[in-house]
Order: sequence, then C-alpha cells, then structure tokens
Amino acid sequence: MTPKTRWFRKSGLTVIALAFSLYAGLSQAAYEVNFQTPATQLGRDVYDLHMWMMYVITVVFIAVFGMMFYSIFAHRKSRGHKAAQFHDNVAVEIAWTIIPLLILVVMAIPATKTILKMRDTTNPDITIKATGYQWKWGYDYLKGEGAGISFKSNLTTPQDQIRNKAPKGENYLLEVDNVVVVPIGKKIRILTTANDVIHSWAVPALAVKQDAIPGFVRDTSFRADREGVYRGQCSELCGKDHGFMPIVVHVVSAGKYTQWVDDQKKLMAATADDPTKTYTAEEMKARGEKVYATNCAACHQATGKGIPGTFPALDGDKTVLGPKEAQINIVLNGRPGTAMANFGKQLNDVEIAAVITYTRNAWGNKTGETIQPADVTAGRK
Amino acid sequence: MAAEHAHSAHGDAHGHHQPTGLMRWVTTTNHKDIGSMYLWFSFVMFLVGGVMALIIRAELFQPGLQYVEPEFFNQMITLHGLIMVFGAIMPAFVGFANWMVPLMIGAPDMAFARMNNWSFWLLPPAGILLVASMMVPQGAAATGWTLYPPLSIQMGMGMDMAIFAIHILGMSSIMGAINIITTILNMRAPGMTLMRLPMFCWTWLVTAYLLIAVMPVLAGAVTMLLTDRHFGTSFFNAAGGGDPVLFQHIFWFFGHPEVYIIALPAFGVVSHVIPAFARKPLFGYVSMVYAIASIALISFIVWAHHMYVVGMPVAGQVYFMYATMLIAVPTGVKVFNWIATMWRGSMTFEAPMLFAMGFLFLFTMGGFTGMVLSMTAVDVQLQDTYYVVAHFHYVMVAGALFSAFAGAYYWLPKWTGYMYDEKLGQIHFWLSMIFFNVAFFPQHFLGLAGMPRRIPDYSLQFTDFNQISTVGAFGFGMSQLLFLYVVLKAIRGGPKAADKPWDGATGLEWTVPSPAPHHTFEVPPVFK
Repeated sequence: MTPKTRWFRKSGLTVIALAFSLYAGLSQAAYEVNFQTPATQLGRDVYDLHMWMMYVITVVFIAVFGMMFYSIFAHRKSRGHKAAQFHDNVAVEIAWTIIPLLILVVMAIPATKTILKMRDTTNPDITIKATGYQWKWGYDYLKGEGAGISFKSNLTTPQDQIRNKAPKGENYLLEVDNVVVVPIGKKIRILTTANDVIHSWAVPALAVKQDAIPGFVRDTSFRADREGVYRGQCSELCGKDHGFMPIVVHVVSAGKYTQWVDDQKKLMAATADDPTKTYTAEEMKARGEKVYATNCAACHQATGKGIPGTFPALDGDKTVLGPKEAQINIVLNGRPGTAMANFGKQLNDVEIAAVITYTRNAWGNKTGETIQPADVTAGRK
Repeated sequence: MAAEHAHSAHGDAHGHHQPTGLMRWVTTTNHKDIGSMYLWFSFVMFLVGGVMALIIRAELFQPGLQYVEPEFFNQMITLHGLIMVFGAIMPAFVGFANWMVPLMIGAPDMAFARMNNWSFWLLPPAGILLVASMMVPQGAAATGWTLYPPLSIQMGMGMDMAIFAIHILGMSSIMGAINIITTILNMRAPGMTLMRLPMFCWTWLVTAYLLIAVMPVLAGAVTMLLTDRHFGTSFFNAAGGGDPVLFQHIFWFFGHPEVYIIALPAFGVVSHVIPAFARKPLFGYVSMVYAIASIALISFIVWAHHMYVVGMPVAGQVYFMYATMLIAVPTGVKVFNWIATMWRGSMTFEAPMLFAMGFLFLFTMGGFTGMVLSMTAVDVQLQDTYYVVAHFHYVMVAGALFSAFAGAYYWLPKWTGYMYDEKLGQIHFWLSMIFFNVAFFPQHFLGLAGMPRRIPDYSLQFTDFNQISTVGAFGFGMSQLLFLYVVLKAIRGGPKAADKPWDGATGLEWTVPSPAPHHTFEVPPVFK
C-alpha cells in the first residue's frame, strides 16, 4: 500500500465516521418542522388551514417547477434544441390569470371562517388582563372565578445559565416565578395592554398572539381542551430584555383551579402590605434587595454600576445620594423619553420605600436613611 | 459644430478638459460614472450590512449570550435592516438604472445630469451617519428597522442620526426617481414607443412612481417621531392623545410598496436575462407590463397585513387578507411568463442565467410562504417569528440580490470591456444558492415552532436549526467575497468582450462598443 492510498483510506474512514456522528446527532435532536401541537380547537383549525395551504402549494410547486425543470432539461442548446419564436398566447394568459384567482377564492373561504372564529371574544368565563412591562408581565384576574388575583410574572432562569456559567435547564428562558393558571374547557379572554412600549402576548400552543399597546386595551381569547403547561414569549421587540420575558400558562382541572384561587387569595391576604406601618431599616433593606433584583437589576445591574452609556449607575449617583423626594419622584413617575419606567403603577408604597432604602444603603452608598411608605404616599400627591 | 465634435471625441478618450483623480468622481455628471459609483457604494454597504448579519448569526449559534450584549444585538438587527434595504439593495438598482436606462433607450445621458450627481453624493453621508451612530452614547437605534414607537422614543442620539439618514436617503431616492421618469418619458430614441420600451425601463418607470409616492410618507413618519422625541408632540403617545399604532400604519404604507420598489427592478433585470439565454423573445410582454402596474397599485392597499396582531377590527383583517391574496395573481402571471419564455427555447446556463433561474425558483418559494402568511389566522401564529424572517429573506436576498447578481454578470462585459471568469461566476452561483438555503430554509421551521424574531438568546429546542442557519449564513457571506474577486478580475482584464457578448441578447445597449465609451448616443439611434 502506497502512502497515498493509505491517506485516502484513512481520510475516507474519517469522513464516514463524521457522517455517522452527524447522523447520530441529527437523529437525537428535536427537529420540529411544524406548529406546536395545538391545545385548543381553534389551534387545530389554524393547524389544518396551514396544512391545507401547504397541500395546495405543493401541487402548484410541482406543476410550475415541473414545467421549469423539464424545460431546463429538454430545451437546452447543448442538446441541440432550436429556439421557437412564439411570444404571445392570449388564451393561455387568460387561463393562468383566472385559474389562480379561482384557487384563491376557494382558499379564502376556510381562511375567512377561521379568522372570524378567532376574533370572537364574546361571552368569556374568565377575563384576565395581561400588562406588558419592560421586561415582565403583570396579570390581573378581572372577572369570573378568581377575580381579584393579581401578580407579576418574572423570568426565573438564573443569569449563570444565560452567561454560560451553569448548565442550562430544561425550560431555559421559558420559566417564570408566577404562572397564569386557567381551568380547562372555559373560555378565557385576555385583555392586553402595556405600561411602557409595545409588547405582544403570545402562546403558540393556544393559538394566541395579541400586541399589548400602551394606552390601549386589545383582546384575544382561548378555550384550552388539554391540561398542561404552555409556554410562549413576548413577540414584539420591546428593548434590551425582549428575549427574556416569557409567558407560562398552566391549564388545570376545574377542581385544581378552585384550589389555586383559594391559595392565591390567602397568600395575597397574608402578604398584603400595610403602607401606614413604620418599618425598621433592616426590614426595608432586606425587602428592597428583592424588589431591586426583580425590577431594577436588569438595567442598573445587581452591582449598581449600570451599563455605561446606556443605563446609569446608581452606585454614587447624585440623585440616590441627594434629597429623598427627588428620588421618590423619579421612581414613581419615571423619566419620560428613557427606559426608566413609572414604577408608581407597578409597585406599592412599601415596595418603593424598600427599594429606595436599599439603593441608598447598598454598594458604596452609605446614607444611613430609611425611607418609610408614608414618604412615598406623600410623594404620590 | 466641428468644435463640438472634437470635444466629444476627446470625451471618449477620457476627456482632457475634465477633472481627473478624485475630483472626476466628485464632479462627474456622466451617467456611467454615477452608475458605477452607485454600484460600488451598494456593494460596500452590502459587506457592512453582511458583517452585521454575521454578528447576529454568530450570537445565535448557541443558546446563551456568547459574543454580544442584548442592547448591541438589537442595534445590529436595526442597522443590518436599514443598511441592506436603503444602503445596499436600493442603490444597487439605481446604479443599474443609471448605467442601463440611457443605453437601453438610446439617450445620451440622464435628463438631469447634475441632480444625478447630487442624488448619489447624498448617499455616503447617510451611510456614514448610520454606521457612526454605533459610536454615540447609548449606541445606534435598537428598535429594528421598523423603528416602532414608543420604543424608538426611548432611544438615544443614535435614533436621531438614523432619522436624519432616512431623510437624506429619501431625498436621494426621490431625486433619482424624478430623473428616471423624466429620462424614460422624454428621451427615448425615435421609434421606441412606450409599449416597445425594454422591460427593465418599464419596471423602473413604475418603481420611480412608487418611490415618489411613498418616500415622503416615510419622511413624514420619522419626522413625527423626531418631534415626539424632542419637541413635545404626542403623535404616537396615548397619554397625549396619540396612538403608537398610527406609526405602524404610516410606516407600512411606505413599507409595503417599498417591497416592490426593491422587487420590480429585479423583475426587470430577469426579464432581460431569461430571453437572452433562452434565445427567444420575452413571452407576454403586454401582460408583463400590466402585471407590473397591477402589482404596484395593489401594493398600496395591503399595508396592514404587517399588522394583523395589533388589534384592528376583524373586518379590516378580512379585507387586508383578500387584498394580499390578490397580489398572487399578477405575480403568478410574471412567473408563468418567465417559464413560458424558457419553454422551447435554446437555453445555455452562464452565470447570469443561473442567477436568474435561482431568482425564479427562490422568489417563488418566498411567494408561496407569502401566501401562507396572507391568511390572517395562520399569520397570527407566525407574526414576529422566524418564519417571517425566512419569508422576506427569500424575497429580498434570493429575489432582489440574486437578480442584481444576474444583472451584474450580464452587463459586466459592457461595463468593463472584458469577459468575467465564467467558471468562478458559476461557482459563485452554486455557493450562494446552497448556502442561502442552508441559512434560511431552517428558519421556516424555527418560526413554525414558535421562535420569535429579534431575540439574542433562545430556548433549547431551537438550537439545532439555529446552528445550521448560522453555518449557512457564514458560507453565504464568504461566497460574496468571490463575487468581489470576479468583478475586480474582469475590470483588470480578461478575454475582450464583443459589442454583443451574448448571442441571444437584444436591445440598444448591445449596439455600442464594449466597454461602453464615456459618451454614447450623442446622435439618437433609430429603434428598429
């Protein structure tokens, strides 16, 4: 065996080995090539409509490109084909205008039925308002069983996983602290709105996507017929953490839903804040650190250093170290024209007092002040 | 008279009385010089926008944040879009128009030669503004090329630079459009009636009207953004009585015709290349012209199909769905006409023809996914997912860009006087064709499975297709360097090109020498 043939054989084996490992990799991987399995009747209608469209397209594809590739194969100069010189045929041209038009009319019928069904949001059993914030969702159960429940839903995927310092979990970027729970078989109407910029509330398996527009209320609805956990993501670019504000919906049985509603109500009563109480510095700092982590750290960073040029540092900031009234005002009302939101609508007076206390006493900031909820209440006036 | 003749003879020999060096290019009013500058500018911008695309794809190779921060990622998607649309594709076709329209209609130059110079020289400042906006505090606009408020109200100075750049680019486009319309309507050779106009000129005539109609609309939209940002107006702020969705209506009233501003000249180029290499006249000339006109008209009444999930009334959704589906009819007519042109021809497959075939195949695929997206209920699932990204890249890259390559290879012999390296041109095609599909076909699946667009990081089930897509994108990007090499090689030399290097080509542009002399058709030719 000459060195050359040995090299050939060796590289040939390498190629085969590579091909096998590639194939093994491909066959293990989850290559989803269609919609997620729908969990609503409407979702199945959309699925079917899409499939039907794909069949029509396949037929047209084969007809049109069959002609083209046959022509490319048969009518080539290298095969000695002589060019014909025809360049008009009114009958053919009318036919290929009318036939596509008829196909379109036929396809428009199921498409119209489905969209009319999709947009029917009347007579809901439960109405939930979803509010988009930079960058989390807030939910208020407005009508039906569970009315009065209200919570925020934040991404729980740790920064270590996002920064590739820890292995990524199964539901990486699709997990939240508080999930939306709804009962199976009931019509759920979702009202969407936003606090700052346009977001979009979307859950593919439930076949819903509705923009959340600041200052306006839009709606969509779904009736899930399969219990389970359904995950979606914000679907309108809303700034830096657009990719980090998922939506998680649990569809549960009627009994479990009633149980969840009871638990939520008890929890809300137990954790209700009393804005007239006076808190100790330690209570405020501990609470404030948590509020900071879920509401402020995305921009100003856990270190308080911000992101130079984009988000200001709070460590050593002159507003944070200055008179408390000014800082309370900014946290309550935001800074128009920047990403600093008006947290007065999102957080209660105790939370705002706590987070301001925390920022005035964290990192290099050592004011020693404790802000009380009463200060914030005063600032709201 | 004698003096004039002598002067033009000098002009042919690269002009003794004209400035030389850099000033030649700054002061030139020659349509060929300006056309070349447009083409080079667009290629540079294409590489700049391409590098940005590769940054995006590199970050998306794996889940997690590896190379760039989300803020910067959003700036990249914005600039990639703006630069590719306004800096690369549009100037490329204006470059083709500058070079070829006077040659095709037998005119000595464009109608407004000085304005032509000005409309080109507006472009580099706009390009610099866009690229330099990355270096200001808070960086470039991070809103996507659609610039939706209120997010765009939150941006820093980079947003104002983008707005100013759009104003400048709009002015340039409008001037270019006026120039093209005037040239085509007034300067045709005797005997060239409108219904004997070369198809590329027809597509540009219609495109130029589209530009004049919609660029001021875009300018209005971004000016309203500017006053909302700095002068206390509330066009797009609900708290002040405005509506954020208003911007989307205005933007897409510009944005949808913009799609055809890009696509129509591409159709024009292909309508020259396919007959030339099929050695057979274009099938259905008259119906092609009517199809172009109907596509242009319908493009004004479909804008809200980009906005199916903003919460418009269901009657609006149904109307926009029907109008959108209707576009398939004239577009189908064009595709059928091209195939009928090939039918029973005598085809050869040089690089221009390969790119025209690639265009025809991939643009039609983009048309099919457009049909899927036109159905509102399905679109609600696919809106703002990678399916849409795949769809418009099939139309914009495989459509407009492949057609631009077809045109470049087709007319390079006329421009340079030399034949390009045919083998390398064909390799360029096959690399582009394969890598384009590797990059973008998997994105359909990502979108169907629900991966939102414009996210810097994604959940684990999307990993595999993203990796394939990134590999394809890098391959596609690298393949374009080969195009640069082929063009430079053809400029430096090669086999001499005949006046009419393609035996099936027709048109006045092939009656002048190769390379086309500095001044052509000083005496109008008689058309047939």
